[in-house]
Amino acid sequence: MTAENTADIPVAPAFAGVPWEPGAAKPDPILVATGVRRSFGGLTAVDVDHLEVQRGQITALIGPNGAGKTTFFNLLTNFDTPDVGTRTFERRELSRVAAHRVANLGMVRTFQLTKSLSKMTVIDNMLLGATGQSGERMWRSFLPFTWRRQEAEITARAEALLERFKLSHMRDEFAGTLSGGQRKLLEMARALMVEPNMVMLDEPMAGVNPALKQSLLDHVKGLRDEGMTVLFVEHDMDMVQEISDWVVVMAEGRIIAEGPPASIGQNQAVVDAYLGAHHDAALDLGED
Amino acid sequence: MDWGGIIENTFRGLIGEQFIYFGLAAIGLNMHFGYTGLLNFGQAVFMAAGAYGLSMAVATLGLNFWWGLLLGIVVFPLILAAIMGVPTLRLRADYLAIVTIAASEMFRIIARSPSLDRWTGSSDGLTAFAKTFYEFSPYDTQERYFFGLFIGNQMWVVTVGWVVLALVVGAVYLMMRSPWGRVLKAIREDEDAARSLGKNAYWFKMQALALGGVFGALGGMLRAIGTQSAQPQSFITDVTFFAWVALILGGAAKVGGPVVGAAVLYAILNFTDIFLRNSVADGWMPEWLMTGTQVGQVRFMLIGLALILLAAFRPQGIFGSKEEMALDDR
Repeated sequence: MTAENTADIPVAPAFAGVPWEPGAAKPDPILVATGVRRSFGGLTAVDVDHLEVQRGQITALIGPNGAGKTTFFNLLTNFDTPDVGTRTFERRELSRVAAHRVANLGMVRTFQLTKSLSKMTVIDNMLLGATGQSGERMWRSFLPFTWRRQEAEITARAEALLERFKLSHMRDEFAGTLSGGQRKLLEMARALMVEPNMVMLDEPMAGVNPALKQSLLDHVKGLRDEGMTVLFVEHDMDMVQEISDWVVVMAEGRIIAEGPPASIGQNQAVVDAYLGAHHDAALDLGED
Repeated sequence: MDWGGIIENTFRGLIGEQFIYFGLAAIGLNMHFGYTGLLNFGQAVFMAAGAYGLSMAVATLGLNFWWGLLLGIVVFPLILAAIMGVPTLRLRADYLAIVTIAASEMFRIIARSPSLDRWTGSSDGLTAFAKTFYEFSPYDTQERYFFGLFIGNQMWVVTVGWVVLALVVGAVYLMMRSPWGRVLKAIREDEDAARSLGKNAYWFKMQALALGGVFGALGGMLRAIGTQSAQPQSFITDVTFFAWVALILGGAAKVGGPVVGAAVLYAILNFTDIFLRNSVADGWMPEWLMTGTQVGQVRFMLIGLALILLAAFRPQGIFGSKEEMALDDR
């Protein structure tokens, strides 16, 4: 990055003084990955030296197709285990935590292909999200009086969230009858039932019609305004520019650039990754 | 044509012993497949666990009847569920299917082995383990009860069976309306989604497998008590598929589905059996079409036909909801 055109680029206050380079240290990281590598057979899908995700901000993870974004995302959410490397969330090493426990620690994820539970009603989808339900113990399940109060509490919470995401009218419909965009909204609302402090969104805009896009964007911003940390994988550059505070770019399994959103378009490594590097130079086959 | 006999037998199928044994087994399958999405093609082995748990405890080990109940209803099914579930429930659904069908055949063949004669009675099986059960019978062994359908001891088996069935149906009803049941359904719909929301999918599947197995074991144990014998040949794979037929007929993922399915299945089987036999005997049925010895096979063909018609016109089963079924296509 050349010095003369960096001055006008806006930087979110939380990132003041953070260098615009891969692996940059953040003032207050909530999620840290170090030396994470994951290969499938001979293919190294992810090989990340270091990444810190700043608390309370929206970080975008972008990159061309096949860059390893989703694989890295699965590693960060503990849905996959790296061959080597450490991932710490809130200073806890994720390798020692079972995949389902990550939600209890306060990190919740959504999926690229929306996983609304079709044959359950919208409200049941929501209620499922609440953690620490005593009625989820088998021996208590046929003693409704032992969990009825908690059920009422989480139902009230679920209804408030449905109201906020404008899904109240679908409360008792099967989730399978919702449109694609509504399913994205439901999945996000359901994730909030976990009461997370970090929300991980895997391509939240995929398959959403333009009319719903704006409302989805507002909801994501709303998460940050409530103090949650958001990390999302996205192809939609408009969304990245509009709502992210910090952008991390991956290509060929590595992080090649970091910086505020406006800086990314001018980054030579990023332009090379998207458009093909050194089109005027000899092909470099020596790497890896 | 003996219409009285036909009605009596059909009614007996609807509410009698077979209905109870297979109704319980089908409720277990409903817990596995209908609610949790587990493919269990070896429900016969859970039924065998109930039958052999009781009979081996009493006839082989010389323990009393109550230890037999504990072994057959709790210990054997839980061990089985652990053996089959621990290696497969972390994997895709098909692995459990393979392991269950293999386990049920392995158990049957091992139990039949002459070298285990001392323990399992090999192919003759075990007898004389149900004395205590019949000692509690309030019915006169010589009398006929319930519109003359059942003689004393049968009436006692059927009475206990109805009570057990009602308790199990009630328990399933309550459990599936609870947050626990909600998690099972979520796992059926999408395991990863359940996991992302903090649910230990593996452990819930384990619980469902064990619980459905216990229901199957209750059916198998009652069957052993009713027939007063536990034999390897009573637990061939057909037994598993009868339970599946009952479940599909009635409609999966509905509390009443497997119960109604089992009743309808045995009503049809009994009705066609005696009706065809009567037709052949009365000369209604031309000889070139069917002889008396073919009746047993033909009635299964008719059940097959009924299933095909069901798949074509009411794929959700008698109780299932069409709306829910339609969501699969989206």
